[in-house]
Amino acid sequence: MFLALGSGARFLKTIYSSKILRFSTSAKMSVKFTNAKRIEGLDSNVWIEFTKLAADPSVVNLGQGLPDISPPIYVKEKLSKIAAIDSLNQYTRGFGHPSLVKALSCLYEKLYQNQIDPNKEILVTVGAYGSLFSAIQALIDEGDEVIIIVPFYDCYEPMVRMAGATPVFIPLRSSKPVYGKRWSSSDWTLDPHELASKFNSRTKAIILNTPHNPLGKVYTKEELQVIADLCIKYDTLCISDEVYEWLVYSGNKHFKIATFPGMWERTITIGSAGKTFSVTGWKIGWSIGPNHLIKHLQTVQQNTIYTCATPLQEALAQAFWIDIKRMDDPECYFNSLPKELEVKRDRMVCLLESVGLKPIVPDGGYFIIADVSLLDADLSDMKDNEPYDYKFVKWMTKNKKDSTLDAAEEIIKAWNVQKS
Amino acid sequence: MFRNAAAKCLHLVGDLQGRKSGASLARCLHQTQVAETNVKTGPPPTSHPGLANPQEWKVTQEPQSPCFHCTDGRLRPGGVELPVQCHPARLTMTKRLQAQRLNGIEHNPWVEFVKLSSEHDVVNLGQGFPDFAPPDFAMEAFRRAVSGDLMLNQYTKAFGYPPLTEILASFFGKLLGQEMDPHKNVLVTVGAYGALFTAFQALVDNGDEVIIIEPAFDCYEPMTLMAGGHPVFVFLKPSPIQDGELDSSSNWKLDPTELASKFTPRTKALVLNTPNNPLGKVFSREELELVASLCQQHDVVCITDEVYQWLVYDGHQHVSIASLPGMWERTLTIGSAGKTFSATGWKVGWVLGPDNILKHLRTVHQNSIYHCPTQGQAAVAWSFEREQLYFGQPSSYFVQFPQAMQRSRDHMIRSLQSVGLRPVIPQGSYFLITDISDFKRKMPDLPGTEDEPYDSRFVKWMIKNKGLVAIPVSIFYSEPLRKRFDHYIRFCFVKDESTLRAMDEKLQKWKAELK
Repeated sequence: MFLALGSGARFLKTIYSSKILRFSTSAKMSVKFTNAKRIEGLDSNVWIEFTKLAADPSVVNLGQGLPDISPPIYVKEKLSKIAAIDSLNQYTRGFGHPSLVKALSCLYEKLYQNQIDPNKEILVTVGAYGSLFSAIQALIDEGDEVIIIVPFYDCYEPMVRMAGATPVFIPLRSSKPVYGKRWSSSDWTLDPHELASKFNSRTKAIILNTPHNPLGKVYTKEELQVIADLCIKYDTLCISDEVYEWLVYSGNKHFKIATFPGMWERTITIGSAGKTFSVTGWKIGWSIGPNHLIKHLQTVQQNTIYTCATPLQEALAQAFWIDIKRMDDPECYFNSLPKELEVKRDRMVCLLESVGLKPIVPDGGYFIIADVSLLDADLSDMKDNEPYDYKFVKWMTKNKKDSTLDAAEEIIKAWNVQKS
Repeated sequence: MFRNAAAKCLHLVGDLQGRKSGASLARCLHQTQVAETNVKTGPPPTSHPGLANPQEWKVTQEPQSPCFHCTDGRLRPGGVELPVQCHPARLTMTKRLQAQRLNGIEHNPWVEFVKLSSEHDVVNLGQGFPDFAPPDFAMEAFRRAVSGDLMLNQYTKAFGYPPLTEILASFFGKLLGQEMDPHKNVLVTVGAYGALFTAFQALVDNGDEVIIIEPAFDCYEPMTLMAGGHPVFVFLKPSPIQDGELDSSSNWKLDPTELASKFTPRTKALVLNTPNNPLGKVFSREELELVASLCQQHDVVCITDEVYQWLVYDGHQHVSIASLPGMWERTLTIGSAGKTFSATGWKVGWVLGPDNILKHLRTVHQNSIYHCPTQGQAAVAWSFEREQLYFGQPSSYFVQFPQAMQRSRDHMIRSLQSVGLRPVIPQGSYFLITDISDFKRKMPDLPGTEDEPYDSRFVKWMIKNKGLVAIPVSIFYSEPLRKRFDHYIRFCFVKDESTLRAMDEKLQKWKAELK
């Protein structure tokens, strides 16, 4: 049983069989007001329950994946300045504000070691969430299969189902950590034979998430090569969610599967301003890929939201230029943020260990997972029909309230006192 | 969608200038140089022509060398020098790529008009957004939102920033005469466009029919198709007018019998747009009662797009169909902060409706974008709070703005007539359409592709030869009706005085050439 914590976190998703829900109508209401079939069973949302609990002011929220630290000063300053410019309050280019797609193209050309056409190979979306949605709506059909690696960011499954496709799951499995070493996200791996067995002629895509939410795994070059080989062999797409691409801790390197031979043509790579610049509320994300794929995402965009907010895109572009110019500099946010978070990660690992929780040290990302079974908490008064981790979290939230790491430390020290 | 596509493609074209496919690294240097020459230093311009013209689009910022890492010919990810690979091994996919739901909706009619507009010296009256600033209080609200509370930079509640959903519930609750719960009856979306998409996805199934009243905002049809639905069209018919008189949007009416005949057991929804784009029609209470009674009789959801609800002229009243008896429980009312506060770039919209229908939109929302940007929502909330204070008073933006736009409308109507265009007086909205039949008679053979409707050819001719941009109205019709309604073009009058004066200059030149 695992508990995911972090300086923002998403909870470990347990796979349920889809619940079929039809809304019930009063006699006066219409049977015709039923939901479209594409959203049947997709209405439940784990976050609603937990964010309600966390809303209590004495609760320390380490659950949600958003920073409570300030974004970089220059990011805020850019947006402030831009707010004063009249024209930036009107519509911009639908597929992405020109200065932003230029900035993204310049940044990612360095990483892809190839030119990226800002107009044809980039789409700006409403957060990475919006990119995932656009990619799946654009490219996944009814009857397709999509491989999802477990544990997974919880929206992948409902988005695949909403497109009428079938998710095919494959778990990351953990080997026991080597004696004397801490349990690490790198101990969690895919079995290549098992993975290969999930691919068939109906497989349209595999969704990859690296660095990984919730485990924090950063896939190695070799691991990605296995996936790439299968994608090429079975002629499938790869949707690569790389929102935490900058949040990689010492001794690890983020690889972009789209840069592997044969992969650019079949990969959509998704990024996030929210996670890059600690501005999750700006909800700007992007998809990068070859035009023959991106053009379909652009079709979805022109039939869904058409364009994203202008001032935020302009501010983001200007913030990007600042950091693009100093990518070798430790002051560059892409370098300084992971350093800052690595310290917090290490602190949290120690804290968790101090109360008997067994953390899996993440190689990247925002989150840490911890095994809570050793705590053997008394959860008898929690609801019976829920998975253990749900009960544990609710118990912990109700009984062990907290807020940010200092306060968390106080609470956890208090646990130690209670236990002794 | 003309007004957005115009902006979108102008920039597309601007960026495409000088670009070739498959170019080498040297082109990156060229791009760098081009980008730098387009950048202006110094204080921001005080009045800005807006996004209408890419040649004039300049972002005020410090000088930048966007790709200086590239300038020595080597790309450096993470500080490591690596040789440039221009054409890595590529293996193409053989599977069909795009999903079936995209069939028939890929085409964007705006692209070529926008491209043309950028290639000529034009006054752009095609695009549906203001080229003036939002009101001061809205600008101030946005400034406050971006420089105040740090946590506004982070996620807010998925279904809407609480102060916004609260003010929308209270403000529109009063207007609609309905007790509204901010958690159950309000959903904030990415523009009204996002609201429309969410509604279609939530309710329309394969084979469901959706009644669309023509002329119609051009996204309703593709959104219906993307949801697997079947659009069923009914069109507003103009009654004959007296010689010498100007037509009015109120003259365009639904035939009740014909409308009734469009409802079948498969009809899931009817899309209403009032005030209407492109015509500017403001549906009267009686007309809405007709629609309402049919929706109730056939148990159909009404999706009502009311983005222009404040822009009504000549004393006309906007009536929300959700306020009619029996309609709240079957109506989704869609609104737009962009059109309400002249801030289209904020992309904040909303849907209001009964919980049992809205919950399905919430499901779509949480599985598509989940959250909307926080700061724009905060700015809209403060803007509504201000308007709530001044509601009904002369200083209310909802009073002043339509008054000002009525003057712009009248200015445009007078000016267009000078060259023989015959405007249809709109009761509301951003737009008016003009009859170009006289031109069709005098110049029937304008260049264009086979099957291209006349209004489209006329607009292209007008852009190239007269320096004015409008939008052919046939785009707002389904395919079968395009030839029938190919003698109207749409102008947007929600433009700055200077733009309308520039329009006058073009028209005067045109008039002189007629003699």
